[in-house]
This record gives sequence, C-alpha cells and structure tokens, in this order.
Amino acid sequence: MPTLKEQFWDPVAGFGVTFRTMFRKVVTEQYPKEKKPTAPRFHGRHQLNRWPDGLEKCIGCELCAWACPADAIYVEGASNTEDARFSPGERYGRVYQINYLRCILCGLCIEACPTRALTMTNEYELADATREDLIYEKQDLLAPLLPGMEQPPHPMRLGNDDGDYYRGTFRRQDDETGEATQ
Amino acid sequence: MTVTPSKAGSNAPAPQDLVTLTIDGIETSVPKGTLVIRAAEQIGVQIPRFCDHPLLAPVGACRQCLVEVAMPGPDGELRTMMGPPGRVKPQASCTLPVAEGMQVKTQLTSPIADKAQQGVMEQLLINHPLDCPVCDKGGECPLQNQAMTNGRGESRFQEVKRTFPKPINISAQVLLDRERCVLCARCTRFSEQVAGDPFIALVERGALQQVGIYEKEPYRSNFSGNVIQICPVGALTSADYRFRARPFDLVSTPSVAEHDSGGAAIRVDHRRGKVVRRLAWNDPEVNEEWITDKDRFAFHYANRPDRLTHPQVRDGETGELRPASWPEAFAVAARGLRAAGRVGVLTGGRLTREDAYGYAKFARVALGTNDIDFRSRPASAEEEQFLASRVAGRGLGVTYTDLERANAVVLLGLEPEEEAGTLFLRLRKAYRAGGTRIFAVAPFTSNGLRKLGATVVKAAPGEEVPAIEQLAHDGELALDGGGVILVGERLATVPGALSAVAVLASQTGARLAWVPRRAGDRGALDAGCLGSVLPGGRPLADAGARVDVGAVWGSTVPTVPGRDTDGILAAAAAGELGGLVVAGVDLDDLADPTAARAAVASAGFVVSLELRASAVTEHADVVFPVAPVAEKPGSFVSWEGRVRPFEKVLEGSNAVPDVRVLAGIADELGTPLGFQTIEAAAAELDEFASWDGERAADPTVAASPAAPAPAGSHRLATWKTMIGDGPMQDGDPAYHASGPTPTVLVSAATLESLGAAVGDQVELSTDTGTAVLAVGVADLADDVVWAPTSSGGVNLGRDLGAGAGSAVRLSLVPAAAPAVQEAM
Ligand code: SF4
Ligand code: SF4
Ligand code: SF4
Ligand code: FES
Repeated sequence: MPTLKEQFWDPVAGFGVTFRTMFRKVVTEQYPKEKKPTAPRFHGRHQLNRWPDGLEKCIGCELCAWACPADAIYVEGASNTEDARFSPGERYGRVYQINYLRCILCGLCIEACPTRALTMTNEYELADATREDLIYEKQDLLAPLLPGMEQPPHPMRLGNDDGDYYRGTFRRQDDETGEATQ
Repeated sequence: MTVTPSKAGSNAPAPQDLVTLTIDGIETSVPKGTLVIRAAEQIGVQIPRFCDHPLLAPVGACRQCLVEVAMPGPDGELRTMMGPPGRVKPQASCTLPVAEGMQVKTQLTSPIADKAQQGVMEQLLINHPLDCPVCDKGGECPLQNQAMTNGRGESRFQEVKRTFPKPINISAQVLLDRERCVLCARCTRFSEQVAGDPFIALVERGALQQVGIYEKEPYRSNFSGNVIQICPVGALTSADYRFRARPFDLVSTPSVAEHDSGGAAIRVDHRRGKVVRRLAWNDPEVNEEWITDKDRFAFHYANRPDRLTHPQVRDGETGELRPASWPEAFAVAARGLRAAGRVGVLTGGRLTREDAYGYAKFARVALGTNDIDFRSRPASAEEEQFLASRVAGRGLGVTYTDLERANAVVLLGLEPEEEAGTLFLRLRKAYRAGGTRIFAVAPFTSNGLRKLGATVVKAAPGEEVPAIEQLAHDGELALDGGGVILVGERLATVPGALSAVAVLASQTGARLAWVPRRAGDRGALDAGCLGSVLPGGRPLADAGARVDVGAVWGSTVPTVPGRDTDGILAAAAAGELGGLVVAGVDLDDLADPTAARAAVASAGFVVSLELRASAVTEHADVVFPVAPVAEKPGSFVSWEGRVRPFEKVLEGSNAVPDVRVLAGIADELGTPLGFQTIEAAAAELDEFASWDGERAADPTVAASPAAPAPAGSHRLATWKTMIGDGPMQDGDPAYHASGPTPTVLVSAATLESLGAAVGDQVELSTDTGTAVLAVGVADLADDVVWAPTSSGGVNLGRDLGAGAGSAVRLSLVPAAAPAVQEAM
C-alpha cells in the first residue's frame, strides 16, 4: 500500500521541474531558421587555401590522405608546367576528393598538411541526398577567390620561384612600390 | 631498403676459409673476404648505409656505416682502431673485410659508433632540401628511414641550404634533383660496372659535387631505370612515375616481365585498378636485382584508348564490326570456322604458356589441323626442325649461373643488349669477373658486344655459316672445354646456319641454348604451338608420341604435317585454308607485312583474339578481347627453359584469358577443350611428362652462299633495338624519347663515298619504298649496312619490304632548305 506522500505529493512534485523551467531562458535553437555561430575552432568542412595571388597551396603530396584514419581523402599529384601552373613549385594536386560519408572531422589531415593548404572551416551543414554529392571534389573545397586573386592556372605573381612563397618573401598585394617585403 | 642477403653463400667456400669474429658480442663465422656490413646482416644487425649495394663494388662513399672496430695485435691483445691520439677512429663497415678475432661494435653496443653515424647523417642532411612532401621517394626512402633510426631528432642547421635549379634531365626518362643527392655513387657505379654505359659520373668537388652527364652525349642506356630504383634518396626519379602516387597507395604484386625471354622477376605496383609503375624484383637465379627499361616502363599498352572491351562480330549487311554478346560471338565464330573447313592458327609470341597450350589443343582437337605456328617473324623450316630436335620440351638447360661458370660463350644471331637485356647483364657480369670469354658472329662490333668484351667474328648477313663452321677449330675459343652456344632467333633466316650450329654443338660438346626475343616463344614451343611439335616436345611424326598426346586429350591427333606462318598466310590467300584464328600477331613483324595484310584481308573467315585494335581486327569477322598479362595468372618460360609463374596483378579485372575464349568456341564447335581456366590448362599441360622417345633429327640444310649485293646497293643487316616501335611499347613518350635515334650504320668508306658526316640524314631505299634515317659509322664491311628493324616509325619490312640480307640502296638526303635560308 503506497503512503499518502506517494499518492498525492509525488505526482505533483514531478511537475515542479516543469514549472521551474517555464520561467527559465529557453535553450531551444531555431535551427535552421536561425543559425548560430559555432565555437571558433569547431572542426567543420575542409577548405583548400590559396596564396594571395590565387595559386593553390596544395602540392598534392597526399600526406593528408596518409594521415586520415578514416581513409576519406583521395589525392593525385601532377606536375605544373610552364603553360599551366596551379601552385608554386613543381607539383600540385590534380585530383582532390574528401568523402564526407567517411570523414569523422578529426582534423588529423590538417595537422599533416605541410603547406597549410588544408584547413577546416566552421561550416557544419554536411548533409545531402546522394552519396556522390557527399564526395567533395577539389572545386568544392577550394577557398573562394578574394579580391586580388586570380583563378589558376597562371604564373607565379608574387615571387620569382617557389622559395619566395614558402619563405614568405613575396611581394604583398598592397605594396605600392612593388618591392618585396620581408 | 635495399638489404639483400649476402651472395657469399652461393659459392660456398671450403670450411677452412671461414673467419671468426665478434659483432656486438655475438661470435660468428663467415667466409673469408666477407665485408663486415654483410657479416652483421647475417646475425641480424643492420648497420645503416647508403652507398653499399651487394651487387656493386664497395666504394665507401657515404660513411654512414661507421662502426667501432678492435683488432687483436701481434701480442694477441685487442686494440681499438684509433684516429688522432686518444680518439677512436670508427671504420666504414662496407669496405672492411672481416679478419680473425676482429671485435666489431655497431651502433647497438657502441655509443661511439652511434654518435659517429649521427654525425654523418647530420652532415648529409645539411644540404638535403627535406622536400619529402614533393619527393617521389617519400615513404620508401632509405634516407628518411635511417634519419629516423640513426639520426638526431632535431636539426641544428640554421644557415641557408645549397640549392640547384629543379630537376635536370639525365635522359628523357631519368630526372635528377641534385640537391637531394647524397653522393653515394650507386648510380654511377651501376652504369659503369653493371650496364657498362658510363656517360654518367660524379663531377665537381666539395659542396658542389654532383652527378653529371657528358654534355655532348645524353645518358643513353637500356637499363637506366635501375639507377632510379637503387638511388637511396629521391635524387633520381622517372618522368613516367613522377608525382604519380605514394607507396602507401600502391598494391604491390610480384610478377614476371613479358617483354623478352629473360623471365625477369618484377614487382608491379597498381592503384585503383591501374598499373602505375614496375620495379625490379630480386631473383638471384635469374635477373638478380636488375631489369631492362622495357620491362620497367613499357606497361601502358594495356590502358590505351583502343583497348578492346567487348566481343565484336562483322555485320552481314553493313560489313562493319558491331558489338556482340559473348554467347553470340562464340556461336558466330564456331559457325564461321565450321563453314571455313580448313583453318590455320597464328599465335604470336606474347602468349603465356597456358594460353599457348590452349591454342595448341584448340588447333588439333577443335579444328583438326596441325597448321599452327607461334613464330610471327621471319622463320624457316630448318628452324622448325632445329627447335624440334634441340629445344622443344627439353626443360631447364643452360642457366644464367652456367653462363658465369662457362669458359666461353658464343653468340650467334643474337645481340643480347637489344634482344635479351637480362641475359646481357649476366653475360657482362661473367665477362667482368674474368672467367668467361665471349665470342660473337656478327656483322660488326656493336656497342653491346664491346661492353661484353666480345671477340667478334665478322660475317655479313647470309654468310654466317662458314664463320660458324670455323668456330669448331678456333683454338682460342676452345668450345670443347666447357663452352656455351647461344643462338638467337634471327639465325633462322640464314639457310644452313642452324644445321651448322647443331653440328658445332655435337662436335665440340658445347651446351646449346636458343634465345628467342619474345617472352612467350619458348613456352609456346613447349606447349606445342608448332606444326611438327606436340606438347612437351613430342614429335608429330612419331606414332607413339601421337598416341601419348591422344590419350591425354581423349581424341586422335591429326597426322597431316602443318604449315608454318608464311605457309598458313599463303594458303589463306590462295583459298586453300578457309579461315584463320589469329592471336596477338603484329603483321608488321612478319617477313612480308604487305603480303600478310593482303592474306588476312582476303582470308575467308578470320577470328581475332586481341588486346587492342590492330591490322588483324580490321579484317576479322569475329573479334574477342583478351586479358593482358597483368590481368590474368599464368607463366612464361625463359630462354633457359625455366618456368616463371606469376599471379594475376589486377584482381578486380574481369578480362578474359585466351584459354576461356578458345574453350567457348570449342564448346560451340561440339569438341570441348576440357578446360576453361588457366589453372585447369596448366594442370593438363603438366600431365605431359617429359618425352623420352625418339626426337626429330637435327636439320641438315646445306648453306647456300649469299648472293653478293647488286652493284650500287648494300646488303642489309638488321635487328630490333630494345626500345623501338611495337604495340606493347606504346603509351610512354619519355620511354621512347630515351631510346636510340634510329640510325643506319655504314662503314667509314661508305660514309665517305656518300659524302655524308655522322648524324646526317640518309635515305635507305628498295624497289618497294624508302626511309630516311640518321647515319652513323661502324666497323661493317663496305657492302653491308645495318639499320634497326622497327623504330622511330620506320619498319623496314613494311616500308622497304626488306629484311636481313636484302639489297638496299643508300643516298644522302640534301640538307634541309631552312638552313640555306638562314645562310642568306
Ligand atoms: S578530418 Fe579526419 S577523418 Fe576527416 S578527412 Fe581529415 S583526417 Fe580524415
Ligand atoms: S592538402 Fe596538404 S597534405 Fe593534402 S595533398 Fe595538399 S599539400 Fe599535401
Ligand atoms: S643520384 Fe642517387 S644514386 Fe646517384 S649518387 Fe646521388 S644519391 Fe647516389
Ligand atoms: S655504406 Fe659504407 S660508406 Fe656508404
């Protein structure tokens, strides 16, 4: 036989939580109507970065693919030629794919990348209807062209050779005199 | 890592030659003369190294292998080897032979050795660019690995590194990144010692020292790919594989090279269903660690756009080939062959042993004919008899190792550097070791023969027979004291030559081996792809042999002797044969390509089993796509008679081997082959025990003296260069560019009478056509010229209707007009 407390007080006490919460600030987010910024270092969709003149930073080295624990990255390198240059130096990533069906957004690829070509954005809306659409190709991952950038292929605009790019001894876009700033 | 077990074990010395020493406290006994680094390998201690390579002479160039060594003095007391007073001097273990009582301490037990090695590594890395992310060797690099195991973790180097402009071409195929080089001299030693092409050397001094090429002469070698493989850093890379993949992407499968009869072991690396590179694999009995550039780089043929992907049949109405299903194609092929009546089979030289056996049985059981020939090249009836009596089904004969032991080796109708590269390297090793003298009957002293130190008995094309007969009495050669005769397939074109060879071998007791050019030839012969030879070398003419074969096959063997390749084509053209089954034959390889094309075009019914569209598929009534070697298992038989099995490399491929296609047609014909897979074919072929009955007699064809060249013309000597034209070499421009410039060689006197200089363009002509080639000079007879059979787009048979011994005319092509304009 339940006690009186159990019969009459406990059922009402349960609603106490409900009542208290009614006067608190709601935590429900109105996603997708309202989008909230993520934490600044949130691991979101990847981005392939560019040099200030628009050349790609990726050198097609596949170290990201090597580091990836989920085998989500596929890279094929190729040679830059005099007529078609995509990155400073000799080598660029001709094929670059990340499979977001596999990626666990761990960021190990970012750590492996020797050129800071690969970083992560805060973009988290990675859902789609088909498998193909979730394999992001190079053009999906490349950073947008900012002012002053030019769509590769084009020659190295910032320095005489890849050494200038890597050492940071290239001419800045904002440098009026056109001389190299260290 | 290039760590190879010591070869010392193979020529095991008498026990008294053993030396006992202590390495890291472990006592071991090794043969006298063993290097410390090898002795350490034997007890499982790996000393880091760059320049050391077991197949190259030691140089001690990199100093990475330093160890601490103590020797017992005359008083028996151990004394550590010292440098400046008070300081231990570590020794390079790759140049130091073992000595009795020696005490070696490696990096494992000696802090001094460890520190010395770290110091050397630091020194090597000072000017190394550390550009591993863009380096092809990254991930499989001895420098990377040893920097991790035997180097300092942190760099102390702050200064600016020495750099060179990015890669330079050592040849069209081999690229050199000079700043990555650690100056180990492996590449230069390989070229000088193993291949004998020394146009690559270490030049300059000090920090500027680098690998260089002789400026006027590019690095030209049939074996250049090996330097890429043995370079312990990424300084040498190939244009073909550059930036193509990473070691961790690749699936590696051991296989056997399909480009010559050497049977070289290779490793095939593939990625996503596509072969991306091939490397030499280590087989001490066969190719050691070297392969030819053809074996290494010529693999793109299987991925050309003209690769056949589905069966095709010729449409009755339009006369065009149209895609068909497999069952339809089998049915159409069977119906056509049945209607054709008598059918001939041409199999070419690219088949594996199992596929060849499929054809041999298909011809006899399903088609009821002995009209089958694997020789897609100039051939003769004399050769057929020679092969039947001396080669077919004989099993392992002369081996690579035997060549090193032989006193003398005679090369007849064979240019090993171009026609059997693996054999060339072993002959050169034998020659350099000093024990083997090499003789050759050839029209001139080729570069290859020079590198073998060969004594050349000169013979113009067609005049080899007297020269061969003379060899029996050559006191210097002394074939009877343990000599070996190597006969090339080209000798078939000289009447009487193979008969003379058989006599020579019998007279002198020298051992004889036949060295065909193509990988499949010996296997096809053993499998019975020759009119007069049944599987296992059984002679068709022998009733007992026929019964033997019939018992395995469960049917009777046709007795009518078969025709050879030319005979089959002539009979097809004349309508005596109603049909042809052709497998992978390049008509341009035949003695008369024009006639062959006409014969295939006019033949009643042609079934073609091919990899890619060809001159045969153009006229075929039914075309079946078949698998290239990388997409099926099988085996080749090397010139030694050694069976070289290999596995399927591209597991995902569903391309169909020839055997399966033949089984499909045979089923439709109502005479099943009894096997459908490679494995079953191999098992049945193995049922044929070696033939112990009577063999065909040696050929006895009399030599017919060669007609002298008509006035104003020259006799043509010719063979194929290794890097040349051919459907199996398509698809790699760098590979072709690294080959020799197609050059016609003439004597100095002829050059003078032409008024030409070396390198000028000359026109080679016959009544059929003309070809323009560069001219060079060699020690030929004045009435003989030499030209490559098929390279640089010129095919002598197709363009000139000329073969070995033909008369050709020569004239100088006037210098091109633009040069004149410039002068004006
Ligand atoms: S974030 Fe992690 S799982 Fe995703 S691609 Fe990079 S390494 Fe692979
Ligand atoms: S993203 Fe970075 S690690 Fe990946 S291939 Fe490009 S450069 Fe290499
Ligand atoms: S290129 Fe390679 S093999 Fe040749 S010396 Fe340099 S490091 Fe050695
Ligand atoms: S390995 Fe001994 S000096 Fe190079």
